[in-house]
Amino acid sequence: MEFFAGEYEVVVIGAGHAGCEAALASARLGIKTVIFSINLDSIANMPCNPNIGGTAKGHLVREIDALGGEMGKNTDKTFIQSKILNRAKGPAVFSLRAQVDRRLYQSEMKGVLELQENLDVKQAEVTELIIEDVDGRKIISGVKTFTGAFYKCKCVIMTTGTYLKAKIIIGDISYSSGPDGLFPANKLSDSLKEHNIELLRFKTGTPARLNKRSIDFSKMEEQPGDEVIVPFSFECEEIKKDQVSCYLTYTNSETHKIIKQNIHRSALFGGLIEGIGPRYCPSIEDKVTRFKDKESHQVFVEPMGLNTQEMYLQGMSTSLPEDVQIEMMKTLPGLENVSVMRNAYAIEYDCINPTQLKLTLEFKNIDGLFSAGQINGSSGYEEAAAQGLIAGINAVLKLKGEEPLILDRSQGYIGVLIDDLVTKGTEEPYRMMTSRAEYRLLLRQDNADLRLTPIGNTVGLISKERYLKFEEKKRQIEEEIKRLEKTIASPSDKVIKFLNSRNSTPISSGIKIKDLLKRPEISYDSLTEIDEKMPQLSFQVKEQVSITVKYEGYIKRQMIQVEQFKKLEKRKLNKNINYDEIKGLRLEARQKLNKFKPESVGQASRISGVSPADISVLLIYLETARNKE
Amino acid sequence: MNFEDTIAAISTPSGTGGIGIIRISGSRAFEVVEKIFIGKKDFNKIKSHTINYGKIIDPVNKITIDEVLVSKMKKPNTFTREDIVEINCHGGMVVLKNILELVLKEGARPSEPGEFTKRAFLNGRIDLSQAEAVIDIINAKTDESSKAAVSQLEGKLSQKVKEARNILIELIAHIEVTVDYPEHDIEEITSKKIRYEIVNVKKKLLDIIKGFERGKIIREGIDAVIVGRPNVGKSSLLNELAGKNRAIVTDIPGTTRDIIEEYVNLNGIPVRIIDTAGIRETEDTVEIIGVEKTHKAVDEAQLVIMMVDAKIGFTDEDYVILKRIGNKKLIVLINKIDVASPQEVSEIEEKLKGINYIKTSIIQEIGLNQLGDMITELFTKGEINLNSEVLITNTRHKSLIDKAISSIDDVLEAQENDMPLDLISIDIVSVADYLGQITGESISEDVTHEIFSRFCLGK
Repeated sequence: MEFFAGEYEVVVIGAGHAGCEAALASARLGIKTVIFSINLDSIANMPCNPNIGGTAKGHLVREIDALGGEMGKNTDKTFIQSKILNRAKGPAVFSLRAQVDRRLYQSEMKGVLELQENLDVKQAEVTELIIEDVDGRKIISGVKTFTGAFYKCKCVIMTTGTYLKAKIIIGDISYSSGPDGLFPANKLSDSLKEHNIELLRFKTGTPARLNKRSIDFSKMEEQPGDEVIVPFSFECEEIKKDQVSCYLTYTNSETHKIIKQNIHRSALFGGLIEGIGPRYCPSIEDKVTRFKDKESHQVFVEPMGLNTQEMYLQGMSTSLPEDVQIEMMKTLPGLENVSVMRNAYAIEYDCINPTQLKLTLEFKNIDGLFSAGQINGSSGYEEAAAQGLIAGINAVLKLKGEEPLILDRSQGYIGVLIDDLVTKGTEEPYRMMTSRAEYRLLLRQDNADLRLTPIGNTVGLISKERYLKFEEKKRQIEEEIKRLEKTIASPSDKVIKFLNSRNSTPISSGIKIKDLLKRPEISYDSLTEIDEKMPQLSFQVKEQVSITVKYEGYIKRQMIQVEQFKKLEKRKLNKNINYDEIKGLRLEARQKLNKFKPESVGQASRISGVSPADISVLLIYLETARNKE
Repeated sequence: MNFEDTIAAISTPSGTGGIGIIRISGSRAFEVVEKIFIGKKDFNKIKSHTINYGKIIDPVNKITIDEVLVSKMKKPNTFTREDIVEINCHGGMVVLKNILELVLKEGARPSEPGEFTKRAFLNGRIDLSQAEAVIDIINAKTDESSKAAVSQLEGKLSQKVKEARNILIELIAHIEVTVDYPEHDIEEITSKKIRYEIVNVKKKLLDIIKGFERGKIIREGIDAVIVGRPNVGKSSLLNELAGKNRAIVTDIPGTTRDIIEEYVNLNGIPVRIIDTAGIRETEDTVEIIGVEKTHKAVDEAQLVIMMVDAKIGFTDEDYVILKRIGNKKLIVLINKIDVASPQEVSEIEEKLKGINYIKTSIIQEIGLNQLGDMITELFTKGEINLNSEVLITNTRHKSLIDKAISSIDDVLEAQENDMPLDLISIDIVSVADYLGQITGESISEDVTHEIFSRFCLGK
């Protein structure tokens, strides 16, 4: 029985990491919003690894926080171990990662949603999009649920994760199911197809969960967290809490023998799986088959939370049958008597081809319909949250009739992520990596606030108090760099002694303190020994000063590259251009450009199949058009 | 790929005209010239639309390349409506090429065919009605250059660049996997390994530049030296080739006491020919200096043209000279065949077995064409095909390889300064990027592919 159930400005379908950010951003900006989830106990669930951050992903979380998103704060509230990765490899790739208490993370996030003004949280499966045809334009006007409720709305943000027509596969068994035994969403895909939205089928997998009591940790290497905790959120200055450890063990020849003997029973090798899986996330049978020379693979045992005995087995994702899973796990040191609580499984799901989207994450052909997260072909909680935030913001900006928020590749990992998905498309679940960012020295996790908080503030997601603090931090950084520039160290006994003690070349005449700081062996903190007027500054300010001074040359070089890059980004392309009419474009380029409708010449140049010569022609066309006006 | 950076090109036709012009256009045109121009006034103080006298100096070794007149033209009242500098220099392929290379090194890039015109159009300088024509020009040029690119791609140059680039891609993938997957039990990249590979790549690139003979000859010409006993006709040869009386020619042995040089164009190859004092034992002090210089000139030359007197025959002194030449590329001219008997000539020919020689009479203009052909043959193995397309492509490639090598030096320097991996990787990526601009490949996809195919990663 169909009935009118209410009216919202923004409807968010799915309450995973993308959905939560989208709904919160929308509601916080004063827009009446509803978020739907198939099961409200699965809000902000982590059906795979119980951690947030890591290389590049940690950068995304910092950027989400800098823009006024929730993920960083929620992680700070609920983590049980914190680590900085890549400490020795340079400031661009320092990455924060935290193990979180999964259930606590969920209930905290659920609480935030529930308390949020302008936001309604509802349990329901959305099965249909209502799209109207207005003067040849498709416009979203509502959604329908499985139980017949119709909600009128102006914008819809789809954040369906891995739920669309989800299928779980364990060896030769497969069944219709969402992740973690939750209901799948079997109907919405058909509605999307009806509206000519192109779907892809992707696949991912997760390892088993084990009972902690059945594991002998004495046979494994302990992996404790860092002593000094660096919070994810820029609003959080210091955290002190007890941490729990992860453990490391290894597969061996016996494990590999069992896998090889049973490989024919794996769903991946048996042809039961049609979806495309990520290369960076191979199953253990995939690793053993592809990397034959490797005698052992590492396996991490990670706690799922404080109030549970469940442990996650990172490195052992598999689609082998249950009996083989148990047999192979028991060959690992420490897992001889293991008791499995949840089996490993592979999961297949529908997602959209992301090249159908604009950089705002709105569909090019359907007004008011946005999508974010795994439905866009990405993978990972952080990638999802980042898209959710941007989709949420852009839905609001659209409703308010304001300019959309598009971050470009030089502004943030978020910009790289969305541009990659939307411009290049993806053939496997897309994972963020630092190597995907051309200007990664500028896109550090430590300066995410300097890059993005002013933008978050303009959007309206940064509190006044936070922004004042931010401006003060910025002022302190600038002032201290100026001071170091002006302060001269003379070749006094004290200075010479200081330099000698650090194996640094002595000076014979006065030198700017700033130039001393550029020396790799001289740290900012050590300068107190020779610089009496050094002010008391926070760790965050000192870190910025130090990085800015030490890597000045490299930073300048990347900034020149960015300048070049921006010139073509600034040349906008009108959506109404008919590329078939542009004389001189090659046929392939015409087709691609007509299909993609890129937003700038820069974006056009990144579409595969569009050559530099085509871009020349395009520039000339633009100029001709401008002169005609 | 960029359309708004600063471009440069030789804008006078190739050949040895009286004056050559190098034109630079774009936002950094002034910045580039400022670094290499020294005149009465600082370049940045020169008024727009004036012509100024000065010198072009290589900022690295402070060597003066040429005396020049420089026109500085501030936008928008210029041909391209961008800042333009034109450097008027003393013509000559070698000088022009040297200055252009300097300009490219300082931050301009070689212009594509028709690019100045294209910019003039894009910036609204050219009439709208010409738009179609410009599109045609660009398409035509693009086709041509892509043809050239294809033929180059099949060539050895591309093969070698790819080899070097593949090493880099593997190296970058290894670095990236080290930073993107810090907790995987993969072999972490060591600075020793980076150093080893990057030095290896540098060697390969230096080899490319060295082995890239054809391009090098076109850009820089060949240094040739004429040697022989006094009065064998060396100065006459030079005069004949240069087409004017430059060296003093007399019948008196030892007249040419100093080195005299001339640029000549043989089959399209610029050859810098040095006439030397006659190599012979002498006690005249003035001449001794000349003889010492001769030895030095021989050591530095890429080609030695030795002349023997057909009438006098191959003497002991000639043997000494021949020995002095060693393993250099050599062409012997048996000169004055007009006054020698066929038997005298064939006696000399007997003694020159295994050596390239030509029978000539400079006075009668016999055999000179053969000299040009033989030089072409010796240096290009018959591959030479001098058209502007080859020139442009080569200059672009050379400039990219130069940039790649300079980025490698940055990597090595950064390593010595203990810079962290992520910064070092910036320059390594630049190296691969420059080489990719030759082979037309982009890095990001290659590296991602390499990461996943070589390393075992996953959850």
